[in-house]
Amino acid sequence: MADTSQIKGWYLSLFKDFENHLNGEKSSSFHSVRKQAIDRFAQIDFPDTHQEDWRFTDISPILRHTFSRADKEATAIQTKGQLSRFQFNGMKSRLVTFVNGSYLPELSIQLPLPEGAVIGSLADALKNRNDAVSGHISNDASVGENAFTALNLAFTADGAFVYIPDGTEIEEPLHLLFISTGPGEFISQPRNIIIAGTNSRVRIVEHYVSLDGGTYFTNAVTQIHAGENSSVNLVKIQSESLNAYHIATTDASLSGNASFVSHSLSFGASINRHDLNVGLKGEGSDATLEGLYLLSGNQLSDTHSMIDHVSPHCTSQEHYKGVLDGKSHGVFNGKIMVRKGAQQTNSYQENRNIILSSEAKVDTKPQLEIFADDVKCSHGATVGQLNRESMFYLRSRGISEEQAKLILIYAFASDVLKDIKEEEVRTQLENDLSERFLAPLK
Amino acid sequence: MLEIKNLHASVEEKEILKGIDLKVNAGEVHAIMGPNGSGKSTLANVLAGRPEYRVTSGEALYEGKNLLAMAPEIRAREGVFLAFQYPVELPGVNNTTFLRTALNEARKYRGQPEMSAGAFLALLKKRMQLVEMADTLLSRAVNEGFSGGEKKRNEILQMAVLEPRLAILDETDSGLDIDALRIVANGVNKLRSKDNAVILVTHYQRLLNYIVPDFVHVLYNGKIVRSGGKDLAMELEEKGYDSIKEKEEAASAIQ
Repeated sequence: MADTSQIKGWYLSLFKDFENHLNGEKSSSFHSVRKQAIDRFAQIDFPDTHQEDWRFTDISPILRHTFSRADKEATAIQTKGQLSRFQFNGMKSRLVTFVNGSYLPELSIQLPLPEGAVIGSLADALKNRNDAVSGHISNDASVGENAFTALNLAFTADGAFVYIPDGTEIEEPLHLLFISTGPGEFISQPRNIIIAGTNSRVRIVEHYVSLDGGTYFTNAVTQIHAGENSSVNLVKIQSESLNAYHIATTDASLSGNASFVSHSLSFGASINRHDLNVGLKGEGSDATLEGLYLLSGNQLSDTHSMIDHVSPHCTSQEHYKGVLDGKSHGVFNGKIMVRKGAQQTNSYQENRNIILSSEAKVDTKPQLEIFADDVKCSHGATVGQLNRESMFYLRSRGISEEQAKLILIYAFASDVLKDIKEEEVRTQLENDLSERFLAPLK
Repeated sequence: MLEIKNLHASVEEKEILKGIDLKVNAGEVHAIMGPNGSGKSTLANVLAGRPEYRVTSGEALYEGKNLLAMAPEIRAREGVFLAFQYPVELPGVNNTTFLRTALNEARKYRGQPEMSAGAFLALLKKRMQLVEMADTLLSRAVNEGFSGGEKKRNEILQMAVLEPRLAILDETDSGLDIDALRIVANGVNKLRSKDNAVILVTHYQRLLNYIVPDFVHVLYNGKIVRSGGKDLAMELEEKGYDSIKEKEEAASAIQ
């Protein structure tokens, strides 16, 4: 095991510095949560490839950098005027913008809110309702589990805070935009909290982008609580700089008859790791998890999903697809847990990969743990080339073998996007894919 | 236009075509009939260049050129078209973009300028009338979620856009109700000319009421065992394929 004490020392000193800037907030009830987290961080090691959950994902490149905290004011100025690059053409949305992890109201778009609803920053929420937020964060079982989530918790200061009261529908999508920018190597640690009340509906785009392609580190946690009979739709777009690192955990907890639809699209970052944990805690809840990773060069993308069927009569469907070129490496670990009382569970999982070069590789591993006897669970994983029948069909119409390949890769990848509700987001993503794969044909 | 001589072909080491001879001239429509498993679809697919089919001997000359040496896409650009028995669904591939790409590939190959999106759309709308196809199918993915009839109409639409010199229709009538059959047949008839030729592969005589062939060939056990005019199809309709089978089996018993 590599010696990580130095880099741990760096983050511990960074915490001291962070604490010194907190001023009065240091005496809030939430700050004890932070202190517990940094203590935990001090005790545990960064994950390494000896651990089963990190076997294929060597994060040591991240530990070679001493990332610092960004100056909020300085970065705000350079981001102004560049915002439109990251907005979806024609989409009327509630824009909540963060630069290097800090909320910037001047770069955000607020629309009138239904009564009781809150869409804004965690920093404000911590100021105005510290106890409630604090309780909410520390109630979550998996926060602070590994060194990265512990670090995120210790540094919790900002992120998106979304509260949708019972029976409320937010019509316009929420666009949570996380912009990273230099100069300097910064770390952003947003913690996003989304609470959807009973019978509420909300659609969210969680969008990570880079202004200038630098080296930086996003260490994000998103916590979602979907109340009874609520509908939460989340599109996560990871378009970080290719030199950046993106480590993220999404935790979704579903009450009875809640519906959670997630699209997780991973395009950027040198190392991407996404832990997606979904707890089907209330009877009749339903989770749909769609995912796409497009990798080239030396990129590494690792998705660890955990679908936890706690209650009976729940359904889950998971489809993840990967297209790998160059020397890239894809990892998919999909665990489905069906607990003892979770009868009548119906769960389906699929991971399909297309490898375009001889040096790219995929490690895909389904894990089923079933403790109930009346369940329907299936899974499948493929790593391969393109469908021969489709290739012949295209070629029989005069399209060359090379073009046919590109068309089919585009089709394979864009299929993941087809159920994205926001037309403007879908169109933009389709255009991006088309630019990537079909541009040589035009 | 097409001259097939003693063509033998195998799939997964099993010989399916056992010596086909066929000559098709411009302006002619040939029907290839025969019972299931006789090799009709294999012949159609071998001519289009499906990689799984291996030609073991014989030759096929298309406009004097060695057809069998060409890649499938070159055959298409040279004017050979196969309407698939089971058109492939291509989720995520837009129907219009697909067709325009295909047409422009052929145009480039022939040294013609590529067609702009606007000009192409105008052409496409005209061709769609031939197969009475709804506009909505254009914005959809190729064949995805199309009904059986829509898929077959889409094949004929592709044919109408690409204007092949040699069109091979593989069981285009199968699975069609009478209205869809009429529409598809109408489309094909309007595309007939003295410069192009059509090979219709079909199990049933029904299609030939709508697209009247100049020649009918009966394929059995990998060989053409009978050839005749359109009356041959009527005779088969009356007597069924059993009479052909019996005759052939009797003949091989004597040998």
